[in-house]
Order: sequence, then C-alpha cells, then structure tokens
Amino acid sequence: MTALSNFVDGLPILSLVTFLPLLGALLIMVVRGEAETVANQARYIALWTTLITFVLSLFIWAGFNSATSAFQFEEKAAWLPQYKIAYRMGVDGISMLFVILSTFLMPLCVLASWHAIDKMVREYMIAFLILETMMIGMFCAMDMVLFYVFFEGVLIPMFIIIGVWGGGRRVYSAFKFFLYTLTGSVLLLLAMLAMYYVAGTTDIPTLMNTKFPLQMQYWLWLGLFASFAVKVPMWPVHTWLPDAHVDAPTAGSVILAGVLLKMGGYGFLRFSLPMLPEASVYFTPLVYTLSVIAVIYTSLVALVQSDMKKLIAYSSVAHMGFVTIGVFAGTQQAVQGAIFQMLSHGVVSGALFLCVGVVYDRLHTREIDRYGGLVNNMPRYALLFMVFTMASVGLPGTAGFVGEFLVLTGTFQANSWVALFAATGVILGAAYMLYLYRRVVFGELTKADVKEMLDLDRREMAILIPVVAIVLWMGIYPLPFLDVMSVSVSDMLNKYQAVVGATAADAGPAATKSLFAWLR
Amino acid sequence: MLMAASVFLPLLGAIIAGFFGRLIGDRGAQIVTCTCIGLAAICSIPTFADVALHGNHHLVHVMTFLSSGTFEAAWSLRFDTLSATMVMTVTCVSTLIHIYSCGYMSHDDSQPRFMAYLSAFSFAMLMLVTSDNLVQMFFGWEGVGVMSYLLIGFWFKKPSACAAAIKAFVVNRVGDFGFLLGIFAIYYLFDTVNFDTIFEAAPGKAESTVTFFSHQWHALTITCLLLFVGAMGKSAQLFLHTWLPDAMEGPTPVSALIHAATMVTAGVFLVARMSPVFEYAPSALAFVTFVGATTAFFAATVGCVQNDIKRIIAYSTCSQLGYMFVACGVSAYQAGIFHLMTHAWFKALLFLSAGSVIHAMSEEQDIRKMGGIWKLIPFTFAVMTIGTIAITGIPPLSGYFSKDMIIEAAYNSGTGIGKYAYFMTILVALLTAFYSWRLVFITFFGAPRADHHTMEHIHESPLVMLIPLGALALGAMFMGGGFNHLFVGEGREAFWHEAIKVLAPHDSIERAHQEHAPFLIHHLPLIVSLTGLAIAYWMYIVRPGTATRIANAVPGLYRFLLNKWYFDELYNFIFVRPAFWLGRVFWKVGDGAIIDGLGPDGISNLVGRTARRLGVVQSGYLYHYAFAMIIGIALVVTWIVAGQPGVAP
Repeated sequence: MTALSNFVDGLPILSLVTFLPLLGALLIMVVRGEAETVANQARYIALWTTLITFVLSLFIWAGFNSATSAFQFEEKAAWLPQYKIAYRMGVDGISMLFVILSTFLMPLCVLASWHAIDKMVREYMIAFLILETMMIGMFCAMDMVLFYVFFEGVLIPMFIIIGVWGGGRRVYSAFKFFLYTLTGSVLLLLAMLAMYYVAGTTDIPTLMNTKFPLQMQYWLWLGLFASFAVKVPMWPVHTWLPDAHVDAPTAGSVILAGVLLKMGGYGFLRFSLPMLPEASVYFTPLVYTLSVIAVIYTSLVALVQSDMKKLIAYSSVAHMGFVTIGVFAGTQQAVQGAIFQMLSHGVVSGALFLCVGVVYDRLHTREIDRYGGLVNNMPRYALLFMVFTMASVGLPGTAGFVGEFLVLTGTFQANSWVALFAATGVILGAAYMLYLYRRVVFGELTKADVKEMLDLDRREMAILIPVVAIVLWMGIYPLPFLDVMSVSVSDMLNKYQAVVGATAADAGPAATKSLFAWLR
Repeated sequence: MLMAASVFLPLLGAIIAGFFGRLIGDRGAQIVTCTCIGLAAICSIPTFADVALHGNHHLVHVMTFLSSGTFEAAWSLRFDTLSATMVMTVTCVSTLIHIYSCGYMSHDDSQPRFMAYLSAFSFAMLMLVTSDNLVQMFFGWEGVGVMSYLLIGFWFKKPSACAAAIKAFVVNRVGDFGFLLGIFAIYYLFDTVNFDTIFEAAPGKAESTVTFFSHQWHALTITCLLLFVGAMGKSAQLFLHTWLPDAMEGPTPVSALIHAATMVTAGVFLVARMSPVFEYAPSALAFVTFVGATTAFFAATVGCVQNDIKRIIAYSTCSQLGYMFVACGVSAYQAGIFHLMTHAWFKALLFLSAGSVIHAMSEEQDIRKMGGIWKLIPFTFAVMTIGTIAITGIPPLSGYFSKDMIIEAAYNSGTGIGKYAYFMTILVALLTAFYSWRLVFITFFGAPRADHHTMEHIHESPLVMLIPLGALALGAMFMGGGFNHLFVGEGREAFWHEAIKVLAPHDSIERAHQEHAPFLIHHLPLIVSLTGLAIAYWMYIVRPGTATRIANAVPGLYRFLLNKWYFDELYNFIFVRPAFWLGRVFWKVGDGAIIDGLGPDGISNLVGRTARRLGVVQSGYLYHYAFAMIIGIALVVTWIVAGQPGVAP
C-alpha cells in the first residue's frame, strides 16, 4: 500500500485526473467502423475512462492532509512567463471534494445515457469527456487565467449537449443558457483583468493576500458576482435553469445540477470572500436578500409545476439559495454547511434527475399528471425515489439535512432574520417534494401505458444504488467530509473575520448603510 | 449492551422485514419484527430497573455525528430515568401493537412493509428519547415524522390517505421550523447542543437577554417558546393539531402507535427533557399551560359531536396531550410524564379495541351505524370499557392517578394561568367522560343500526388480537396505581434524580401533597367524571333522542363543533390556496412576464427588431448608398467648417 501511495505521490495526479478524460475523448475520436460498433465502443471507452478517473481521484482524497489549509498536490509549469501566467494546479479543503463529486457523477452519467442516447453517440461521449476535463480543471486551477479558461470551457460542451441531444425547445434553451452565462463571464473577465492590472499576477494564492483598494473592490466584486450569481443561479437571474434542465438530456441535467451550479458557489469562496473581503461584507445584505427571495419564491413556484424536471430545477434554485446564504454568513458552520450543501445537492439533485430519466425513458413525457401509482408496478423505483425525495426535503439521516442544518445554524449566529426566512424553505421544501412524489408514485394505477412500465433494470440499479449509499453515508456519518474542509474554511474565515471586524470598528454606521441593510 | 439492544433491535427488525420481506414472506416478517421489538421490550425492563430504581445513569457514546467549529453533536444513548421510562413504555406498547397487527393486517397484501414501518417508527422514537443532544433528538423527531407519513399513507391508493400523510408531514414541519430555530437559539446562547452542558449553564442565563428578529427578548423565554412550537407541532396542540385527526387514515394499529407511545408524546417529552431550561423561563411555562389547557378544551368539545369511532378517540388524544402540557406548564413535569405513560396504555387499548370493533363490523367506522353489539363481541366490549374507565379517571384505574395529579398541581400552582388551567381541566374532565361514554353507549348498546348483512358477520377478533388487548387492559388498570408512588408520590425525588429539574418555588406537586384542599376541590375531578357518565347515560340510553334534539336546538354551535371549529377551512383559505396562487403568479408573471420578458426574451426581441430596422437601410440600391454618402460628407464638412473656432461666419 505504501509502495502504491509513494508511486501515486510521484505522479502529477491532478493533471492526470484532469486530462485523462480528454485522452479518452481522443481515443473515441480514432475509433472507426460500423456506426453501431463505433457507438458501442464509444460507450465503453467513456465508461472506463470515467471509472478510472474516479478511482484515480480517490487517491487525491486518500492522500489529502486535512490538517492544513495550504494547497496540496501542487503542480507548476511555465505557460506564458512573459505575462507571469503559469499552469498551476492544486487543491485545498474547499475544492478537493468538488473534484471527487465531478468524477463520481461522471460514470453515472455515461451509464444513464447508455440507451437513452442513440444518435451521434460518439460525439456525445466526446462532449461529456471534454466537459469532465473542464470541470475538474476548474476546481484544480490555481491560476486565475487557467481558471477562466476552464470555467468558460465548461460552457461549450454543455451548450452542445443541450442544443444537439436535448428535446423540446432545445435550441432556445441552449442559447438562453449560453447567453446568460456568457454575459456574466464577460464581466468576470473584466474584473479579472483589473485584478491582474493591480496585483501584477494571476496567481490565486498571491491574489488572496493582495489588498485591493476599497473603491475598486466594489466594482470587482460586482463583476465577479455577475458571473457567479448566474451560475448558482441566484434570483432573478435563474430563469435559464428551468429551461436548460427541461430540454437537456438526463445526463446533461445531472451534470448541470450536480456540478455546474457549484461553480458559482465555489467562485464566491475562492475569489469573492478571500480576495475582496470588504466588498463582500458590504454586499452581504444584498446576497441575503436575493437568496431569501430565491428560497421562498422558487419554492412556491416549484409547488405549482406540472413538469417534473422543472419542479426539480426550481427546487435547485431554492437549495442553492441556502448555499449563498451560508457562504456570506461567514461563520464556520455556515460556510462548511454551504460547501456540504453543494456536495449533497450535487448528489441528491443529480439522483432526482436520474429518477426522472428512468420514467422518461419509459413513457417519454415529463408531465406529472401522466404518471400516478408507480409504486404498484415499480416498487424498487418507489423506494429509491423516496430516499432521494427525503434527502431533498432535508430529512436527518440523509445528506440533505447536514448542509441545510449547518447553514441555518451558522446563519442564525450572524443574522437571525435571514435564518428565520430561510428556514421557511424547510416547510415549503417538504410540501412540493411530497406533492410531487404523491402524484407520480402514489395513487391507483389507472393509465394503461403506465401499467406497462417495468421496474428498474440492473443497469439502473447499478446507477442508483451507489448514490443511495452516498446519500445515507453523508447523512449518518458526515464527519469525513466535514473534516476535509474544516481547516481550510476556518483559516479563510479567520482572515475574513479579521477584516469584517476591522470594517465594523472603522466604519461603524457605514456598515449599516450598505445595500438592503434592513435585514440586519 | 442491553441498552443498545433495546434501541437498535427494532431497527434490525425493520431492515430485515423491509428489504427481505419478499424472501421471508408475511409470516417471516411478522416473526422477525415481533421478536426484535419484543426482545427490545424485554431488554428495556432491566434497564429501567437499573437506571430508575437503582439510580445508575448511563451515557453510551456511539460516534460523532456533526462537528464544525465549536458545534459538536454525537450519536449517543442517554439513559436516565426519563429516557428509561420512555424506552420501556415505547417498546412495551409497541410490541403489543406489533402482535395485534399480525392479526389485524392479515388480509393486507403488503404486510412485511407494514411491519417494517412499525418497527422503524419505534426505532425513530427510541432514538428521540435516548438522545443526548438536540441534533440527535431532531433526527428522531423527523424520523417519527417521516415514518408517520409513510404509515398514514400506507394505503396509498386512497387519495384521502395520501392527503392526510402529506398534511401530517407538512404541519409537523411547521412545528419543526420552530424547533430548529430553538436549536439555533440554544447554540447561540450556550455554544453547545449537548444536554448536560446546557443544563449546567442554564441558571447562569436566567437573567440574560438577546436580540433576535430585531427585538430584545428574555433569552431563555424566547428559546423555550421556539422549542415549544416544535412540541406543539408534534404533539398536535391548538393551531398545529389539524394533522392528528386526519392521521387516522392509516390502519388502526398505526393510529394506536401514533397516539399512544410514539410521535405525539414527543412534544411532552421535549418539554420535560428541557425542564432545566424551561424552569428559568416562567413566561414560556405560562404559555405552555395556556396552550395545553386551551387545546384540552378545544379537542374535547369537538370530540363530543364526532361520529367516526377513530376520530373521537383521536380528539381525545389531542385533549389528553393538553393535560400533559398543563402539567409541564405548572412545573409538574413528573405528572406530565406519568400521564404520558398511563395514557400510552389506555389510549393504545382504546384504539386497538376500536380496531377490533371495526374489524367486527366489516370495516364500518361510523358509530351511528353500530349499536347493540356488546353481546356479540364481549371481550372487545370489556376491554374497551376498561379503557374508558381509565381515561375518564375513575379509581382505581390508571387514568385516575395521573389525571388527578395534574388537576391538583394546576390548582396548587399559585399562578393565574394555573387557575385557568384548573378550571379548564375540570371542565374537560366532564367533557371527556361524556364523549368517552357516549362512544361506548352508542357503539355497543341500543338497537342494532347496522344492516342485516353486517350484523350476521359480526365476530370476535382472533386470539392474536385479543391477547395484546388483554395485556393493554392490564396496563390500563394497574400502571397508575403501581407507579403512583414513584412518579409523583413520596418516592419521586429518588426516582427522578436529576432527570427532571423543578425549582422549589414552582414545585406544584409538592404543594399538592402538602396542602389539604377542601373536600370538594379534592374530589371534584371524580365528581365531574361521574357526572359526565351520568349525562351520557341519560342522553344515549335512557332518552336516546336527546342528542338530536339538542343539536337541532343549537344548529350553529353543532355545526361549528362538527366542523372542528373550521380550522381546516381556515388554513386552506389563508395558507394553502394563497401558496398555490402565489406560486402561479411568481411563475407566470414574475419569471415569465417580468424576468424573461424584460431580460433575455425582451433583449433578444429588441435586438431582432433593431436589426430588422437597420436592415431596411441596406436596400442594395446604389443610389441609396450614394445619397447616404453625400449626406455624410455634407455633415462632416459642415461640422469641420462650422466647428472651427474663429471661422464662424
């Protein structure tokens, strides 16, 4: 075992994990032959690539030292030395688990697309593998330019996946998704250029210790916010998400909800809070306000949806509202809770989309009213769907609880009003999820085509069982996850709180003059 | 070991029956679950003896659950007198309900699932009562919530069952919302969620104030009030009670389990568990008393006019829970827990015998369609009468001891709200006797009102259902007298140890023992109870038409009570429908017309329109372009010439 870990230590493991999927994509490109064989080989190559990537990524976790907040597994190579831009990779307690989340969801996505995708399978798998490279690279990047390249790179394969393999108004949705995120990204790019101009470097750890002038911070913060808020998505820039989800293929939805939404939350933690602390404090009430609106507003909207995917998409916006609240509450529990919530939401909402995919593959509709009584002929499905429903509701013992609870606990210490309003999401969440479950699963089995539906097959069980295991593990024994992030979060917050304290002491009433301060 | 066994065996049973139900069959699932819960019950008895009688408290640390900064919560089993009592009550009553279910559910086609749910339900309740911190308690709290959801919705083909299940869960969630905020407040104040640390620090916080929700509060009062909102949800107190009567949509054993030992008692348990904190929050205690007394009254009035056999018993549960909260509110927590325990036995008995009646009557639940059946099902009749005697507080059955103690404690509490509670509880004792006997008289006596076919099929239930009924009847008879001394009598100091804390000036039980109340006050509960019996006897046996005449005389009041004070209609009007309406408005107007209309769609339309207009200019005719160029040149020249300073004409 030591020999193995020594061997792994010597490898540039982050780059390996990042670019292995790209290698798989290249491999698929060179496959030649009959259409059917090509499709099949593409599937297998994609599956094996993602599986190996996942296993390899576990070594990152195994070798991770949670006692330090420093970046680990660092790799550095010159890239554009004349501009001091480097290829620099590394993970800390905040980013590491997102890498695992991405690699974990990927094989499930490939499996979920096994039969559902039957045209241009090769291109589909290539798009997914490139997407994986981009996602992992984004979480590992320690250079701002590198980060930006990956961050934007994610957009392209996703755009293609929705636009080509989607259904319904797929082109409209793909463009909406693309334009929304691109608009944000342009402002992100501007902010990054400005930061480079001030700090003279694009190195993320250096930038974290750079003090930006106060007046500038506000503009920089807004620039970053434009991009991250769209990704999260926060109210009112969330309307791309329901459309994108509805028209994306199942696996696309899984990645969209599972990983892409986390890029926003991750961005806040990696850039906004540590690099622009004063501005973050200043804009916290704004974030609170938008997030609380998101939680209540989108929960109510979810209640009246008649399309399963739309309902879950709206619930994602509500759940991500907890994340943004937690990040900006700035207490240990709230931030750890926010990260945990992102992980658990990634797994749970991914699983919910897989569950929708299961019935969609059989009946080819997402209309809730077309179903009903599935528990009679699909008991296994009913059980698994129930577990994920409960996890989404935030039942203790499932992954959903830990994040939500810690966020609210930590937020209450910072602002009791926000915790009060956000906690109403606990009630509304139960209402819309159980209402969905009842209409789809419970009731009498009356419709002829629904009666014909078969229970989960082996492939589907193979997809969902690991997810159930993770959901329960994260819910009953979340310590391994919390431990990993603990030190990184507390070190970041110590710096952040020092600034917060200083601002409060210096500015005094100025702090209360910030936007939407009525919530204090 | 015994302690862990009594908590985790039901979980084991649930897992086996739930996941391998098809493998082991109906019979197998029944045997497994009954054995597991039975063994748990057997294990709980020596534990109870060890913990409560010999005073050995235990804390079993299982593993850390949550840890973030200073926030720490563990999975652990805390055994003190309070939890040992609860564990024993829960496992024993639950075992009997398990056994009964084997008979009651024998025609159902998913028995393993049912048995698994029952066991998991019991497990969640055991986790709740043995928790050492508020987070694990919340786990159990939500666990019973979700299991009750599944059990109420067990017959998922019935739309009414599904609706009742969702209602139970969501209304409970409203309570949980308060409970959660209470936990956050506790952590804010004490920097911990572990009971021992909280209890030690509570006296020091007696005078502190906090600012929550832009308002300055007495710290412990607001905390206790928030926690109590959780208790109100789970224990179906006024305003959050609407789920409980609907919960009888589930099979009858479920109702028995929910109403007796598990679930609804959790709220009372929470207040008793947190007694070291509540004791320093007198205003919160007053609120608890008020809510308890008012709920007791409300539910009893509704119970008087209902016609569904299970619904009547459901309202009586609601009312009896009010008694328990009155006890807690006047710092007689011991009496509250005592009543909780005796109530668990006789309420399970009442529900299960009601189940036996329903079974006999071919699934009929309307008491107006019964009557004259006591000779046909004599055993059921006998045990149901025992349950009724117990609940109406006639000595020497168990209800007498616990209920009497609560009423006396309320009388001796020395507070204004205590007096209110005293009058209410006396009044409710009258109503309880009335509706309980009304139930017995209408169901069992008079002329048979069922159709010929049903009457022919009336039969006593099988032995597997009668034995648990017999055991519960024994409990209903002797639990009160047997434990009176320990729970609320002279032995209570030694029995409770540190599990419950009562400040000396609040000790209403002590005063009730010390002071000799006038004869009339002392015996009033019994007198009103017998009066209620007499009224019911007169109205339903001697002059059977009386009730109808009274109902016709005051039709408004009758409808008001029959419709349960119109709470469901009210909530539907102010919460449910507005929520759906708002959802639609936010969706169609907020997202659709405003955000998309002004945002992406609006901009893309604008771009499209502008482009089309600009496109008109590019007509393709040479003379258009030439003309444009000439105009342009003219403008430029004008600007240069006119703009030059000093060249102005």
